[in-house]
Amino acid sequence: MMHFLAMGGYARFVWPAFALALVVMMLNIVWARGSLRAAQAEARRRVLSMREAYGTAPQDRGAQR
Amino acid sequence: MSAEQRQAAVTGPEGGPAGAAGPAGAAGPAGLVGVAGPERLPDRSASETPAAPAGPAGPVGAALALMQRDLRVALRRPGDTLQPLGFFVVVTTLFPLALQPEMSLLRDIAPAALWVGALLASLLALDLLFREDAQDGTLEQLALCGQPLTGLLLAKTAVHWLLTGLPLVLIAPLAAGALGASGGAIPGILESLLLGTVTLSLIGAVGAGLTMGIKRNGSLLALLVLPLAVPVLIFGARATQLAIAGESLAAPLYLLGAMAVLAVTLAPWAVAAAVRIGLE
Amino acid sequence: MAWVWFHRFGSPPYLYRVAGRLTPWFAWPALVLCLTGVVWGLGFSPPDYRQGDGWRILLVHVPCAFLSMEVFVAMAISAAVGLIWRMKAAHAVAASCATLGASFTVVTLGTGMLWGKPMWGTYWAWDPRLTSELLLLFLYLGYIGLRSGFDDTARADRASAVLAIVGVVDVPIIYYSVVWWNSLHQGSKLIGEGGIAAPSMWVPVVITIVGFELYFIALLLIRVRGEILRRERNASWVAEALGLVPPAPPAVGSGSASAPISGPTAGPKPAAIHPAYRGSSPA
Repeated sequence: MMHFLAMGGYARFVWPAFALALVVMMLNIVWARGSLRAAQAEARRRVLSMREAYGTAPQDRGAQR
Repeated sequence: MSAEQRQAAVTGPEGGPAGAAGPAGAAGPAGLVGVAGPERLPDRSASETPAAPAGPAGPVGAALALMQRDLRVALRRPGDTLQPLGFFVVVTTLFPLALQPEMSLLRDIAPAALWVGALLASLLALDLLFREDAQDGTLEQLALCGQPLTGLLLAKTAVHWLLTGLPLVLIAPLAAGALGASGGAIPGILESLLLGTVTLSLIGAVGAGLTMGIKRNGSLLALLVLPLAVPVLIFGARATQLAIAGESLAAPLYLLGAMAVLAVTLAPWAVAAAVRIGLE
Repeated sequence: MAWVWFHRFGSPPYLYRVAGRLTPWFAWPALVLCLTGVVWGLGFSPPDYRQGDGWRILLVHVPCAFLSMEVFVAMAISAAVGLIWRMKAAHAVAASCATLGASFTVVTLGTGMLWGKPMWGTYWAWDPRLTSELLLLFLYLGYIGLRSGFDDTARADRASAVLAIVGVVDVPIIYYSVVWWNSLHQGSKLIGEGGIAAPSMWVPVVITIVGFELYFIALLLIRVRGEILRRERNASWVAEALGLVPPAPPAVGSGSASAPISGPTAGPKPAAIHPAYRGSSPA
């Protein structure tokens, strides 16, 4: 196990490299999903506020057709 | 509205007889015909616009007229065009000041100093290219006048290079000499900078067009243009280095030439697209 | 026949729905492949003759390097498609590629430097690949910067499309000029990434390459949906796509045949369509 972690002496290069990759990949996932959720929440808010104001929203026309 | 008044409105605040001979004059027969109406057609070019050039109408005539106008406007304010030149000289002076005044060392860094200076000076000069014309509406008129925008913008960039790039090329041997280059290096330096500054002006024009529509510009233009200009820097500096060493600089010079040709053919499309987007 | 497929993907609601359905099909295989490749490469492959255990960095460095360039090309192609065919969906794809590609470039540079220190003795050696990767990062940052400079999304789309096209034409030129520049000045310095000839070494790398590609596509699909929603805010398909049940009584003036009957019995709200949205729906 220690041999695995030591990586033949290259540990201080190999592990930070993987850590960097992992961190960036996780950040990408979080960021992408957060961006989608924010866009959906914003769109939802707009539809609902239009409905509240006018009874229907331009986004509803697709369902009415 | 008489033809003069219309042309004065088209050419913007710097109007007057010199301005009236600008794009509206050449674009008149092609561009403003529909506005004037057929019954005014025979009168226009002969009696009502005495300063209009007799050149051909159409894209080439329009481009030439635009170049004339740009040159006339720029030469009224020589300070504007001398500033990038001054900047170039100052920057190349900074390099020896930052190192030691030892000629052999300076000769080594001369290509780098010349080309970094040229690159940065071109970047500074790009402000002159579109900003004023975008602000006073001339660019919009150019986009609307019916002549191909690519040709007109190529003409504008050509004048810009004549005013900012060419002086740089001409003063470079002086700066190179100050950095330890011998007289034999001068033709090589001139050639490489000639081709390089042409490409830099064109790449810079693309960047200037793209950032035209942005208010909080900052150094975005530099961030856009400098990576794209790296090949010019690499081959130009190499050519200058070979010239100073007294060797043949044919290889990098050919590449610089190829890049210049590529830029002249492809960049105008990108500049026109960018300017159109910026004018929206 | 191919054009039908092409234009179908160009339809934002179609792309939104399909992207949502496809995401798990890319995300889970990506996870499995990345894990397999990394675990295999880290734990079950032998050390290299020359590079020792350091070659394992290539398990993440190589996929990210490939991706950073592929994503730039994909960004440029979709931007060009958006510019030429005026497809908002294509512009959405290009916008989604930008930060993803930049992040891959950052990882490439970081892992490249960490690989370089033991192999070359220095973190940065102006190696042609790393140098052109750095320039690629600048191009990505310029693209993102240009996008953020415009308030109007459509103008930002078009301007950055021009930049992406110019960039993608310039990238090979930049790459070859840097390679040439480097070969001139580095002389006989060993530049290569070292051979990893044994299957027990290059198979895990190939697996991680594929895994990363799928990961990129999964993230792209997620981001594209968000970008489409932002561009198509007032489009008619949005409410249904979000799962918001439309209001039950049809609105007066919507053209529905039952409107005159239900009009007087409608709820307290006048149920009128806002004047700005009356009339034809967007194309």
